[in-house]
Amino acid sequence: MREQLEKIKEEALRQIEASEALEKLNEIRIAYLGKKGELTGVLKSMKDVAPEDRPKVGQMVNEVRELIESKLEETKQSLARKAREEQMKKEVIDVTLPARKNHVGHSHPNTIAQKEVERIFVGMGYEVVEGPEVEYDEYNFERLNIPKNHPARDEQDTFYINDNILLRSQTSPVQVRTMEKGKLPIRMIAPGRVFRSDEVDATHSPSFHQIEGLVIDKNITFADLKGTLAEFARELFGPETKVKFRPHHFPFTEPSAEVDVSCFKCGGKGCRFCKGSGWIEILGCGMVHPHVLEMCNIDPEEYSGFAFGVGLERIALLKYEIDDMRLLYENDIRFLKQF
Amino acid sequence: MNTALSWIKAYVPDLDVTAQEYTDAMTLTGTKVEGYERLDKNLEKIVVGQIEKIERHPDADKLVVCQVNIGTETIQIVTGAPNVKEGYKVPVVLDGGRVAGGHDGGPLPEEGIVIKKGKLRGVESCGMMCSIEELGSSRDMYPDAPESGIYILPDDAPLGADAVELLGLRDVVFEYEITSNRVDCYSVIGIAREAAATFRKKFVPPVIRETGNDEDISQYLSVKVEDTELCPRYCARMVKNIKLGPSPAWMQRRLAASGIRPINNIVDITNYVMEEYGQPMHAYDYDLISGHEIIVKCAKDGDVFQTLDGQERKLDSRVLMINDGEKEVGIAGIMGGENSKITDDVKTMVFEAACFDGTNIRLSAKRVGLRTDASGKFEKGLDPNTAGEAINRACQLIEELGAGEVVGGMIDVYPVKREGNRVPFEPEKINRLLGTDIPEKDMLGYFEMIDLGYDSETKEVIVPSWRQDLHRMADLAEEVARFYGYDIIPTSLPSGEATTGKLSFKMRVEEVAREIAEFCGFSQSMTYSFESPKVYDRLLIPEDSDLRRAVTISNPLGEDFSIMRTLPLNGMLTSLSTNYNRRNKEVRLYEMATVYLPKALPLTELPDERLQFTLGMYGSGDFFDMKGVVEEFFDKIGMRKRPHYSADEKKPFLHPGRQAEIVYEGTCVGYLGELHPDVADAYKLGEKTYVAVIDMPAVLPYATFDHKYTGIAKYPSVTRDLSMIMKKEILAGQIEDIIEQRGGKLLESYKLFDVYEGSQITAGYKSVAYSITFRAQDHTLEEKEVTTVMNKILNGLQGLGIELRS
Repeated sequence: MREQLEKIKEEALRQIEASEALEKLNEIRIAYLGKKGELTGVLKSMKDVAPEDRPKVGQMVNEVRELIESKLEETKQSLARKAREEQMKKEVIDVTLPARKNHVGHSHPNTIAQKEVERIFVGMGYEVVEGPEVEYDEYNFERLNIPKNHPARDEQDTFYINDNILLRSQTSPVQVRTMEKGKLPIRMIAPGRVFRSDEVDATHSPSFHQIEGLVIDKNITFADLKGTLAEFARELFGPETKVKFRPHHFPFTEPSAEVDVSCFKCGGKGCRFCKGSGWIEILGCGMVHPHVLEMCNIDPEEYSGFAFGVGLERIALLKYEIDDMRLLYENDIRFLKQF
Repeated sequence: MNTALSWIKAYVPDLDVTAQEYTDAMTLTGTKVEGYERLDKNLEKIVVGQIEKIERHPDADKLVVCQVNIGTETIQIVTGAPNVKEGYKVPVVLDGGRVAGGHDGGPLPEEGIVIKKGKLRGVESCGMMCSIEELGSSRDMYPDAPESGIYILPDDAPLGADAVELLGLRDVVFEYEITSNRVDCYSVIGIAREAAATFRKKFVPPVIRETGNDEDISQYLSVKVEDTELCPRYCARMVKNIKLGPSPAWMQRRLAASGIRPINNIVDITNYVMEEYGQPMHAYDYDLISGHEIIVKCAKDGDVFQTLDGQERKLDSRVLMINDGEKEVGIAGIMGGENSKITDDVKTMVFEAACFDGTNIRLSAKRVGLRTDASGKFEKGLDPNTAGEAINRACQLIEELGAGEVVGGMIDVYPVKREGNRVPFEPEKINRLLGTDIPEKDMLGYFEMIDLGYDSETKEVIVPSWRQDLHRMADLAEEVARFYGYDIIPTSLPSGEATTGKLSFKMRVEEVAREIAEFCGFSQSMTYSFESPKVYDRLLIPEDSDLRRAVTISNPLGEDFSIMRTLPLNGMLTSLSTNYNRRNKEVRLYEMATVYLPKALPLTELPDERLQFTLGMYGSGDFFDMKGVVEEFFDKIGMRKRPHYSADEKKPFLHPGRQAEIVYEGTCVGYLGELHPDVADAYKLGEKTYVAVIDMPAVLPYATFDHKYTGIAKYPSVTRDLSMIMKKEILAGQIEDIIEQRGGKLLESYKLFDVYEGSQITAGYKSVAYSITFRAQDHTLEEKEVTTVMNKILNGLQGLGIELRS
């Protein structure tokens, strides 16, 4: 019996060793361990064994079975590994072949710049609002302290529909529309399209975009205006950016200022970009004129505020080094794809 | 405004700064310096020399050899200049020196021209005698310079002295940008006052003394102002025994630096005072003033008047005129008349310094079509008090320059004297607005520097009449801020109640539209909101269409930019056409384009501004790709119901058989289709072009960013395929309507998987196959249930004449 088992074991292991395919292993399993297999046959002949020897023989049979089973498993795994390796060898590709892309479209540089500015101010708690592009004269001028016959309203600059309605020449009317709603405090920015009667050339367009900003609250100071715009400039142009406030005049702010940022190309040393001055003018701003507040029924003794206006195209042109404004409205795909 | 530094220094004698320091400091106090130009740029080693001897050049007919004494020595210079004479004093550039330009007066080289010792036709020349052009100037500015040749210096010029200095070229000319509120700074005196305050130096304005002989002007002339609204002040003085001649060099230099050509003493004095005080003046020939009276009144409609430049000008009843006893002699504040102008024969003249209403001058200048230096000054709104000072200053210069005999007295029609404002001084409010802690006495110090007075009893700042921009606390705050220093004011961030930064719902939906478009390969375009009315013809819009009722600009840049668009396609198609024309392949663009729809014309209220999400493409993709973009967008903004596509409405600019209106929940929210071939031709688009337009305001009520999880099905689904034969005209949408209506709660989804027309199908028919999936949320479907629903659907389809394919 022992010899028989030894023989079965050796023969089985030899066959397993020689197997080169998974199917063959299965056949071996059936041949030895199956219901009609040789080892099962040995177990069936147990009845011929003396009862006192049975446990010993049973143990021997089990040992052989376990050995065959583990060998089968081991070989199965190694064969599977081999097969996978061969498959993968066949599947080698040239990874330097071109990518297959979805060809995603691109945002307009104006939009990219606008979203950038919006992101900065939304982060500072500003709401983004809108106003009409075709606007009443009253909102575009009169209530911004630009009375009739002010040179800024000269027909040279503004497109009129009729005496009372025009194409807004600035986003500032949104200030008035926001203030007259009467909900205070206000922290808002208003991006949008504006129109001025300028012939098209490399630096002018009769239609362009501005972003207006307005803050109204108790105890708003000129220092707050400076701090806010300095923060904005650093976010937009980099942490090293310096700002310079120069006195200026706008009818709807007092005191007023123009703001220069240190040239982000040369860092302020002076280059072609900043025309040698080291500074680039980017926006106009000031403390909201008390009369403008009064016209919106806000008491200037109690509330104060600041406002600013940025030219979006100016930012886009500067930031992305676009040398001709006309490119922005031509929509050549080779231009748009660069953003 | 351009002014030489030397002129400013005349009133701020202690000013000692470099050009760059001046530029920076003035800009920071609000008088913005746009740039500056050194008049002595590239002028080096140029001294006064005297020609002692002139000899012929041995080898050249057109050259002479000069011995020139330059103070320390006598040097030999060869020249071809025709005007040299022995004894003349001339500017001489020495060996190694530099001049600004060539003798022909062409553009100045950036680095100038270096002069070196050398030989001219074999004869040594140790320098060069200079023409005015070589010194970087011109005969316009130096009228005494010869037409061609060397500039001759005065006999008393000291030998060896700096000729550049002597010619007044050691100077810098600054160009200022003056803001419209600072009318007083359109004058040398105004800028000098600011400069003195900026650098904390003493301001020394000219002292005007009494002028005139024993006579009184009223014996010669009378003045009547009929319209004192348009002419709040009119001053006149007279000068007789006029001696015309050139003005002195110092005056010529200052005018030249300001860009004004010197003419003669009378004209120059007028211009000089205009620059100095910002007050335009005019001179009339007294002998041409009929009746020796002046009347200020408006013209009559249709009057024609010849101005002193010889042009005929059409007038109207709003143009203010200066008249004599019989006729018009000048357009007030704009230009005098040909009939009364000063000529070389003038003996006696009337000087006019007046104040005219700025707005009226501006509007009149525009209507008459004549904008002059004078009208440019008046239109800013001058201080009437300046007129008197300026005219007296002019008379003082007349006397000082010996240009004539000033008649005593002044006619001054000034019914209501302009007084300055008084503004309460509230230092704590100023500090509160600025966020500063500036002491009260510092503020008062700043005010004093710019001639603002202070009444300590009433605590009021007394504003002089020339500062028409100071009315209230905020205005004073700006004065404090700019002399305290905008750069020194601290920085802080607004405190107070926190606010939420956010985009509106509408903007978020727009952001999704952009994201989807870009994800689907569309790049963002931007086009103008105004276009030509001819666009309607190109887009085949019928004559009577509402789309042609556009908001029209009354003063457009031209017809091409004259109406506000009522549909967004022209911009899109023009952009696609540009790309096509430039051979860009496979172009997909989108625009968030506003259209402007008037509620009524002519416009009385604002038009409806509707944002149109506009997509356009050529090169790859077809109608159904475009439809896919639309549905992806709807899906992303929570519009999960099936949109309907109606082919009934016909857009004239789209292919009649390849277009659809997009209907969502019964509302038309847009359209899409293939471009009509005629329109494609009109835009020179040589490939099939597809567009989609989504009306964003229409979509907005259906959009939502709310999401509700409904549970992933636990029970198995059952799928049935449906293969049908039907007439070609039946639309897939009709079949889907029936499947949706009759599928009931068990219907989970359906999918078209085959459409076939061809040999195995009867002509005029097609085969269509759907696979329909059913599922119940709470149990495994039984055969019976599915069959019931399927039968319902089949019944419905039979109603359309659809048969199952056997």
